[in-house]
Parts: sequence; C-alpha cells; structure tokens
Amino acid sequence: MLSFIIRRLAVAIPTLLILVVFSYVIMYAAPGGPFDMERALPPEVMDNLNAKYGLDKPLVVQMFNYVYNVVVHFDFGPSYMYKNQTVNDIIAQGFPVTLTYGFWSFVVAVVVGMSLGVMAAIYHNSWLDYLAVGISIGAQVLPNFVMAPILVLFFTLWLGWLPGGGWQGGQWQYVIMPVIALSTSFMASIARLTRSSMLEVLNANYIRTARAKGLPMRRVIFRHALKPALLPVVSYLGPAFVAMITGSVVVDMYFSTGGIGVFFVNSALNRDYSVIMGITILTGALTILFNLVVDILYAWIDPKIRY
Amino acid sequence: MALLEIKDLAVRFETNDGIVSAVNGVSFNVREGDTLAIVGESGSGKSQTAFAAIGLLARNGHATGSVKWDGQEILNLPDAKLNRIRADEIAMIFQDPMTSLNPFLKVSDQMEEVLTLHRGMSRRAARAECVRMLDAVRIPDAAARITMYPHEFSGGMRQRIMIAMSLLCRPRLLIADEPTTALDVTVQAQIMDLLRDIQNEFNTAMILITHDLGIVAGSCARTMVMYGGRIMERGTTAEIFANPTHPYTLGLLEAVPRLDRKEDTLPTIPGEPPDMLKAFKACPFEPRCPKADERCKAEVPALERISETRVRACHRSPEEVA
Repeated sequence: MLSFIIRRLAVAIPTLLILVVFSYVIMYAAPGGPFDMERALPPEVMDNLNAKYGLDKPLVVQMFNYVYNVVVHFDFGPSYMYKNQTVNDIIAQGFPVTLTYGFWSFVVAVVVGMSLGVMAAIYHNSWLDYLAVGISIGAQVLPNFVMAPILVLFFTLWLGWLPGGGWQGGQWQYVIMPVIALSTSFMASIARLTRSSMLEVLNANYIRTARAKGLPMRRVIFRHALKPALLPVVSYLGPAFVAMITGSVVVDMYFSTGGIGVFFVNSALNRDYSVIMGITILTGALTILFNLVVDILYAWIDPKIRY
Repeated sequence: MALLEIKDLAVRFETNDGIVSAVNGVSFNVREGDTLAIVGESGSGKSQTAFAAIGLLARNGHATGSVKWDGQEILNLPDAKLNRIRADEIAMIFQDPMTSLNPFLKVSDQMEEVLTLHRGMSRRAARAECVRMLDAVRIPDAAARITMYPHEFSGGMRQRIMIAMSLLCRPRLLIADEPTTALDVTVQAQIMDLLRDIQNEFNTAMILITHDLGIVAGSCARTMVMYGGRIMERGTTAEIFANPTHPYTLGLLEAVPRLDRKEDTLPTIPGEPPDMLKAFKACPFEPRCPKADERCKAEVPALERISETRVRACHRSPEEVA
C-alpha cells in the first residue's frame, strides 16, 4: 500500500508538468494579453511592462522560469491585474474561504444525498422513493445562479435572518447560503447515484442470504448492503470534493465571499496569466491528491482490491 | 404432525410484460427428518416455492395459499416475525456460492452474526462455535481461515462455508436450492456426501431443489417432480426411479447420462419450457408430451392419489405412460 502511494505521488509530478505546458500553450494561443486596454498603451510603455514581467522572452524560457520559481521558491509570480498582490497572496486569501464553504457543502451533499438515496432504494416505488427522486431532480434542475437569488430573496429580504453577502472571516451566518447554493446539485447527483447502486445491491444474492439468516432489515442495509452500494458513489466523491473546495464563481460573485472561484474566472477574462496558472495548478494538484484518496478508500471498502 | 405443510401455494410476479404465474397450486408436507427432492427444469417454479415459504420472494412477487410451520401459518408474515424462524428453524443454502456470500465481509463476521442474533451469544463464544462448525464441514485450518474473505476460498470451500453457516442454529429444516449446480463434478459429490452426513447426524429435514436427477437417487427419500409451476408426480424416490408414471418424469430419467448405454447422443425432451406469462388451460407439458391426446389440450389434469405414497397429474393412465 505504501509503495502504491509513493508510486502514485511520483507520477503526479510529470502529470502536473504536462498540465503546466498545456495550460501555457492554450493561454498564449488565446488572443490578447494582460496589458491590453480599451485605449492602447504607447508601444514604449508596453515594451517596458512586457520586459518587467519577462513576457518578451520566448514561451519556452518563460515556462522554464515559471516552473523554476514555483519549484525552488514556491513563488507563483505576481498578479498582472491586482497591483502589489502576488498569486501566493491571492490564493492564501481566497482558498481558505472556498475551502470553508466547499467543505461544508461537501458534508451537506454527502449526508443528505446518501440518506435520500438509501431511503429511496429501500422504499423503492413508494411515495418516499418518489419524494426523494423529486427532491433530487428539483435540486439538479435549479442551477446555483437561480438558487442564489432565491435564497437571498427568502432568507435576507423576506425573513431577514441571514446577511445577503460578505464573509466576515467565515462566521456561520455568512456560510449558510453559499453552502446551500453550492451543495444542492452535488447532493442531487449523490442521491441518484446512491439510489441506483443501492437498488442493484439489494437484488444481489448475498442480500438474499442475509435475509435468509433472519437479520433485521436495518442490519441487512447497514452491514451488508451499504459498503458495496457506496463504491460507485465514492469514485464520484473525489472529483466532486475538489470541485466544491475550489469554489464556484457564481457563489463567490453573488455572495461576495472573496473566494478563489471568482478570481479564476476574472483572471481568465483579464489574461492574468500567473493567476490562471496558480489556480490551475492548485486544482490539478488537489484532483490528483483526492483521486489517490478515492483509490485508498476503494481498497478499504472492497477487500478484493489490493495494491 | 408435519413440520412444514404447504397447501395450494401459488406465486405470481408482476412484471413489465404481464403477470407471471410461477407456482400454481402446489401442496406437500415435510415431516421431521424427512428428505424431499423437488426436481424440474429452470422455470418450473421449484425455487420460488421454497422462497415463498420463508418470505424471500423478490419485491414484485406475491404468494397465496397456506404455509404452516409447526402448525402455525407463516405465509406472508411480516419480516420481523419470519426472522425468528429463518436460520433458526428453517435454513437455506443457495445455488451460487460465489455470489451468495457477501464479498465485502469476512467469513467470521457473516457466520457469527447468526449466533449473536438468534442465540444471544457473545462474539467470542460465537467464534468458537463457528470454527467448530467449519471443522465439521471439513474446512482445513478453520480457526485461522475464518477471518479470511469469501474470495480467498474456492467454490467448493465457499459452499461448505454456506452449509456450515446454515447449520449454526441446528435448524429443523434445511432447504438446499441447487447446492451443487455451480460446482464441478468431483466437488459436487463431496458436497452431496457432506449434506447426507449432516442430515444423518443432526436428523435435519431437508428439501433439495435440483434439476439433476443424478444427485437425487442417493440423497432423498422422496421426490417431487414439478413442471410449469405444478406438481407432475410425487412418490418415494425408489418408486419414481423404478416406475415413473408421468411422461415428464420419464423424459427426465431418459436424459440422465448412463454408462451402460451404447447410444452416442443423450435423449432430450424436445421443445422448450412453457411461457409462464400465459395462464394454463391445459396440461402445461402437453406441447412437449409424446403421449398427449385431445383431452390433454382441453383441461388441466388434476393431482390424483394412486397409492399411499404416490400422487400424479396426468390424463393418461400409468399403464399407458410406462
């Protein structure tokens, strides 16, 4: 197992390098640059700026310098948009925010989604099943840019219970609405996945054996059916967790939380190369890490899987 | 008094294609220590008869009639009540030992829970008893291997584990649903020997469900032949083998491979099993029956008693069939 983990982490390094190369090429292939304004800057100023940030050098050299700075100094470079802020600063400010509401979204999505899915499967084709399926379809068809205004209308304008935006260091009042807005569609996917895989497992021969042993339904479900039913859900949870903790542009913009979701989109629009790269690498590294976590969880759940 | 008394049992499944009548008016008794083989090809309703009796039908299945255990009606009882009988008094062994044990749980976890649940044993006492039972079904090195997972055992070993698990509470009736179908021939013989030994040792009544007449002869006192969800013929195994009175039984016996015959090809019963979506207005075996006449197409033959031990459902007389 340990050697498996080490091997997987070793493979992560070339994977990230390839990610850097591809992102660089795509980024530069897009027209425009970080200093393009509506009114063009004088060419001398432009040359100075490009020279200052090293943008006048060939692409390969830029890429090499970038990787060198990241690896040796852990320096992701200055932002071209936000003066006096480095990419490290932006991530250090924004990532804890998205990590907080992303983590709680994950907890909510998993707990509610799995419960709904298991319940729907146990009471297959009953009103409970239809209710659970209805809730998850409803949650899936309500995108968060629709969900967010509805939440604000309800909790802020009508009930006056929660502030309509802001973060305030992550006090609970400011976290609730981002969590609801972000978690619903993930919750719906988890519920549907859990339901269908649970239905399949409940038809398995070993579940009939468990029932023939006279085990109460609760024990049949939780001890004999839950683990195998969760396998397909777990493989979905890895990428979903990364998607949640790297935030959402809609949530960040609508609730003014200041997370990295909004920086990622703005940096792409502004050709803020270094911020794009920083957040891409962060997301890539997290994806690799949590896919590894999923694989380890798999081995823990299924005794037939040994690395 | 009969241990298990089944009367007019019928099982229907609601499917997307319509109602499937899997079992149609089956009646039989099993006494203490009795051994009954239920024989028939796939879809004859033999397994569903057993599943219905202890409430293990699939969700879309519905059973009517009467099943009495020890004089008490148990058909369609809620799970909570049936759970007291399952494994404790009526235990089951299933067809495919590869998929009938939970691949995600250790053998010890799957066995011990039977005893902790039904007997209120501590886990330590349950473990000791499980190891003893695994020894009894001749699993080598049981004390060490009990903590392994099912996939670490061979098919034959897994079926031994299933048998050991089913015997933990010393049930009064053991239902074995095609216990050897998924195993290769040498292992089949070992498993049948084991079941026979256990039957003698614990005096457990047994219902053996199979399509293989070859394994019935040496292991069951009585035999019941089913087709299209109905009983075709029932009697002592000796009678059925020596003197079959139903064309279907005759066909099944012909189809058993024998070393003392010279022919190269094995006789088969021509035609296909009946479409269970249609309700039968005639003998279900009529389309495949070499002895069928007009009457067989017109009405369902009633089950008639022809001797103390024997019943049959056929319009033709035993002399005409033989």
